[in-house]
Amino acid sequence: MSVISLRKLRRGTTIPALILLAWWAVYAFGITDSKLFVPPGQVLTAAATLSEAGELWPAVGQSLLRAMGGFILGAGIGLIMGVLLGMSSRTERFFSLTLHSVKQVSLFAWLPLISVWFGYEDGSKVVFIALAAFFPVVLNTLEGVGNVPRDWVDVARVSHFTPWQMFARLVLPAALPSIFNGIYLSLVFSWLATLGAEYLLGSGIGLGTLLFESRAEFKMDVVLVGLVLTGFIGFALDIIAKATERRLLRWRENTVGA
Amino acid sequence: MPAAKHRQQQPLPSLRALAWRRRAAKLDYWLWPWLLPLIILGLWWLGGRQQWLGSQVLPSPGEVLDSLTELLASGELQRDVLISLERVLEGFLLGSALGLALGAAMGLSERASDYLYPLVRLIAYVPLLGWLPLLMLAFGIGETLKAVLVAQAALLPVALNTYNGIRAVPPHYVEVGRIYGFSRRQALWRIILPAAFPMVWSSIRYGLTKSWLALVVVELLASSEGLGFLMVDSRQLYRLDAMLVAVVSIGVVGFVLDQVLAMIEKRILRWRRAGFAS
Repeated sequence: MSVISLRKLRRGTTIPALILLAWWAVYAFGITDSKLFVPPGQVLTAAATLSEAGELWPAVGQSLLRAMGGFILGAGIGLIMGVLLGMSSRTERFFSLTLHSVKQVSLFAWLPLISVWFGYEDGSKVVFIALAAFFPVVLNTLEGVGNVPRDWVDVARVSHFTPWQMFARLVLPAALPSIFNGIYLSLVFSWLATLGAEYLLGSGIGLGTLLFESRAEFKMDVVLVGLVLTGFIGFALDIIAKATERRLLRWRENTVGA
Repeated sequence: MPAAKHRQQQPLPSLRALAWRRRAAKLDYWLWPWLLPLIILGLWWLGGRQQWLGSQVLPSPGEVLDSLTELLASGELQRDVLISLERVLEGFLLGSALGLALGAAMGLSERASDYLYPLVRLIAYVPLLGWLPLLMLAFGIGETLKAVLVAQAALLPVALNTYNGIRAVPPHYVEVGRIYGFSRRQALWRIILPAAFPMVWSSIRYGLTKSWLALVVVELLASSEGLGFLMVDSRQLYRLDAMLVAVVSIGVVGFVLDQVLAMIEKRILRWRRAGFAS
């Protein structure tokens, strides 16, 4: 490791380390006796207790399952719709006004309505997460397909591409970077929507439910465990999405480099 | 000439017919996007008339309109809109100002970015709603909670994008400035900020959208007034008509907020273009 990156590392860890130190100091010197204050060690103990009691991992698993279910549903529909609309400007105009009006409504405002229509169970949550996952994918796919150069399409037409070839060999590869951007955003939103749905609908087990119940019971240690976990899952989604993108877009660098 | 012959065989349509055809095409072009909303509205209206679904599931458009006039007449809707607007603007202004300052500091000073950037990324990995239970314990469920969550929603995207925007300013712009003997202050105001502006401004717009999202969530979860509360309250009373009014109002407010920022952007960019032209 070079000197510069070592310096970056030292500087980057300074403030988090100071925060941890301050937290520990507040505990060690007994500065506060607030019921809400928990010492750093207790967060680890809480995590261990929860995971031994079999409360933590099933909750995380359920939440991830919901998030993935909703994501696959929403992003799948978004992708198909984005491609279909992107390849026909008349179809796009047919849906554009409706799509953009629905998009205007802040996401979570749909949740109470969805709960009326689909109840408080998993069905409702998945529908809501799908809605959250849908918009970034459909809008970015539309943009990506819309930006396929005219000349390329002309060449494909001259070469008598079938619609499937047009899609698989021209549109999809050309729009892929933009689609990935949409999918990445969609993952982030799916995870956010999962938490929101679990807070608001609050039935069944899940990380969000666990967090929200612990808050109601003033269990600060569990809340902090949950906070770290949601962050860690956000981080993991980020890493997975970027790694997949790099892998699938590798051909691009090759063609450009050659 | 073959072309001339062709013309003789097929008389040209008259100018008036052409104009009509163009007008028809234009009409088709503008009306076409309205078709789907009209179909949906028509089906909705028909469904309400024929009692396909009970008003507990989907109230008819008429009922929603009645509910809207009722909420307007009692002043309830205006009050909720104003309260929500006040909260979102307060939090957003606070958050975006802090975000701008933080982003600018990180973008302009390597030392600041070394110290702060990893921390900001760390905070950003936790989704907004992951923070909510902690903030609720720390601040209670009053106005402070709303201001903090709404501010945080705007702060992170604005800080990260301001940082990226400033870093994306091509170095040779600054070098040209150096050749002209610009001071550091001049370089900042005349080169870096104008060049980074489009990206920074789009993050501010995104920040406002996120602030609005955050406010709606927090009003749904913990509030006794505002548009989010109107939704929860109507939900408890099974008043779907009022819920739909709230959904539309939330959409309209979000749209208007974004449009205001879009107008400001246009104005600022016009000034910039005029500056280059003269």
